[in-house]
Amino acid sequence: MSVILKASNISKQYRLGLIGTGTLSHDLNRWWHKLRGKEDPYLRVGDSNDRSTKAESDYVWALRDVDFEVEKGEVLGIIGKNGAGKSTLLKILSRVTTPTIGEIKTRGRIASLLEVGTGFHPELTGRENIFLNGAILGMNKSEISNKLDEIVEFSGCQRYVDTPVKRYSSGMRVRLAFAVAAFLEPDILVIDEVLAVGDAEFQKKAVGKMQDISQGDGRTVLFVSHNMAAVKRLCSRTIVLEHGEIVYNGDTDEAINKYLSIGEEDHDVMHYVSKDENTHVKDIEVLSENKTFLTGSTLSFKINMNSKPKGDFNILIGIYNKKDEKVMHLSSKDFMNSLEMNAKGEIVCHLDKNPLIQGSYYTNIVLQYNKDEHEKHNECLRFSVVNGDFFNTNKLPRLEKINVFVDHSWSSN
Amino acid sequence: MKENPWLYTISSKQKLLHLNLKEIWQYRDLLVLFVKRDVVTVYKQTILGPLWYLIQPLFTALTFTLIFNKVANIETGSVPPFLFNLAGISIWNYFKNCLTATSDTFKVNANIFSKVYFPRVILPMSIVISNLVKFGISLLIFFGFYVYYYTTGASISINRWLILFPVLVMVMGLLGLGMGMIISSLVTKYRDLKFLVQFGVQLLMYVSAVMYPLALMRDKLPRFAWLVEYNPLAYVIEAARYMLLSDGTLSINGLIYTLVVTLVILFFGLIIFNKTERTFVDTV
Repeated sequence: MSVILKASNISKQYRLGLIGTGTLSHDLNRWWHKLRGKEDPYLRVGDSNDRSTKAESDYVWALRDVDFEVEKGEVLGIIGKNGAGKSTLLKILSRVTTPTIGEIKTRGRIASLLEVGTGFHPELTGRENIFLNGAILGMNKSEISNKLDEIVEFSGCQRYVDTPVKRYSSGMRVRLAFAVAAFLEPDILVIDEVLAVGDAEFQKKAVGKMQDISQGDGRTVLFVSHNMAAVKRLCSRTIVLEHGEIVYNGDTDEAINKYLSIGEEDHDVMHYVSKDENTHVKDIEVLSENKTFLTGSTLSFKINMNSKPKGDFNILIGIYNKKDEKVMHLSSKDFMNSLEMNAKGEIVCHLDKNPLIQGSYYTNIVLQYNKDEHEKHNECLRFSVVNGDFFNTNKLPRLEKINVFVDHSWSSN
Repeated sequence: MKENPWLYTISSKQKLLHLNLKEIWQYRDLLVLFVKRDVVTVYKQTILGPLWYLIQPLFTALTFTLIFNKVANIETGSVPPFLFNLAGISIWNYFKNCLTATSDTFKVNANIFSKVYFPRVILPMSIVISNLVKFGISLLIFFGFYVYYYTTGASISINRWLILFPVLVMVMGLLGLGMGMIISSLVTKYRDLKFLVQFGVQLLMYVSAVMYPLALMRDKLPRFAWLVEYNPLAYVIEAARYMLLSDGTLSINGLIYTLVVTLVILFFGLIIFNKTERTFVDTV
């Protein structure tokens, strides 16, 4: 295997705020330093790019010392939360802008599927736009002519090929644009979130095509996406970006775990400790056999008690999704009149298979005791579930307007 | 096995004048398609279509003839004033269209530029070429009227310098390209220039000997004649009229001066354009 692309110390600085007389004075100062052979005075300043904190200087590093290599034929995933620097890295890779410091060396032509349909002219017909768009993406006329029929067929817009693109529905425009881009043949292909286009049927076709491209003919692909299922399926290695720096570079599964744990400290609460010492509940934990909460793996709630409540007691766990809909209700009342706790004061509620679909959830937990007394722990836990292989079929189940999965089987006897 | 050499490097450092002709050649189909797009789409969904290319210079020439020749009594010698104006306007419009369209390159195409890479210089080049089509059409009308005036006995004749006419057109195009590239590069960050271009072009026309012969300026306003004499455009327009109508003077020194200025402007235009194209996405 040979290295086809090598990025060393890529850093990109952006200026915050508006362009006005302030920038003019900075430009002049920068030019004055350059004239005297000195270093750019503004390269030394700059914060790391954390969106939520208030900036201390006018400059920000969207990327900082990013180093990586890509081998020929490899499908490299690049993931990260919003604002982690993915798009900036892609822009640099596709030569739309240059890094402030550092360089990328490549042995092949790079083409990107950033946002499809760039350069479509509404007045031109579908056919004319295929040629124009193909040429913008770096194909020459004969290459496009050779693939014209395939492109038109793949797009499924045969009937409209001689109609101006402005008469197309937005879906058709996207189909046509994706079709042109999908038939590009660069050495290195950069794909950014294009899988989220078109209707379900076309998406399936698009994903299939992407798989062909990346697996079939040994093309090198850089794949940027928020769709973890797609990353998992396509990428052999994955880079995780956070605040403009690479925080992980390696195995895809591990990278996805890393990605999911970013920012968890702020938002997810897997271990809740009651702030009031007088409550009966001491703390509550949500646990799974995996590091992340995968659909289909175990899910348990461990409740530690400070003291045993008076009389009979029960615990009710309500699980709510982001839309504040209650998706599950787990009540000990359905099983017994009164809960027991062990010597350590522990009570466990266990699910063999987590039925929740991908998303983030919070729980309201209520302790009922002494007939009509309550102790409420509202929004005590917060956790995120990732789509997993619920049915043990070695593929991810489809998420079609559902809240939970139900274990079941099909037979014909 | 020895590894292949690096194909190219993406970095912030670059040579001052980086005109990758090989790459531009690779993208020649794109250049052709851009030209085609510009020519074809302009008159789509209009009734008169390409006729608009004719109407504009015709009416401008008519207006100029009424105002400057009939009202203000500017003498055009033996040449019919309408033809005199039409010649000046045709070649001036070519320059003007090249300049105004290229000076918007970065702003208008920000959407494409921020997504895909291709040699940016292709776009201003395509503008200069597609405007050649417009210029060709207005030249056709010019020859139409030329024949009309000639048959009705006006004393006009082309002369042998006409073989240099294509060079003149090229100089005009390159001048528009160079100036347009400089303006487009500066306008990405500081929008002030946009306003300057709008009325600057208008003012420029008055010092470019479009509606009067160069000699008239020297004669009537000797104190300000230098404004016209230092203007390279004036020599091109004057020379064009000389070639087409045998009117006025052909100043070889003036044309050499024009050529040098054009090359210098083009050179600086390319440098600034190259510098801008690499990071303009961040500042546009």
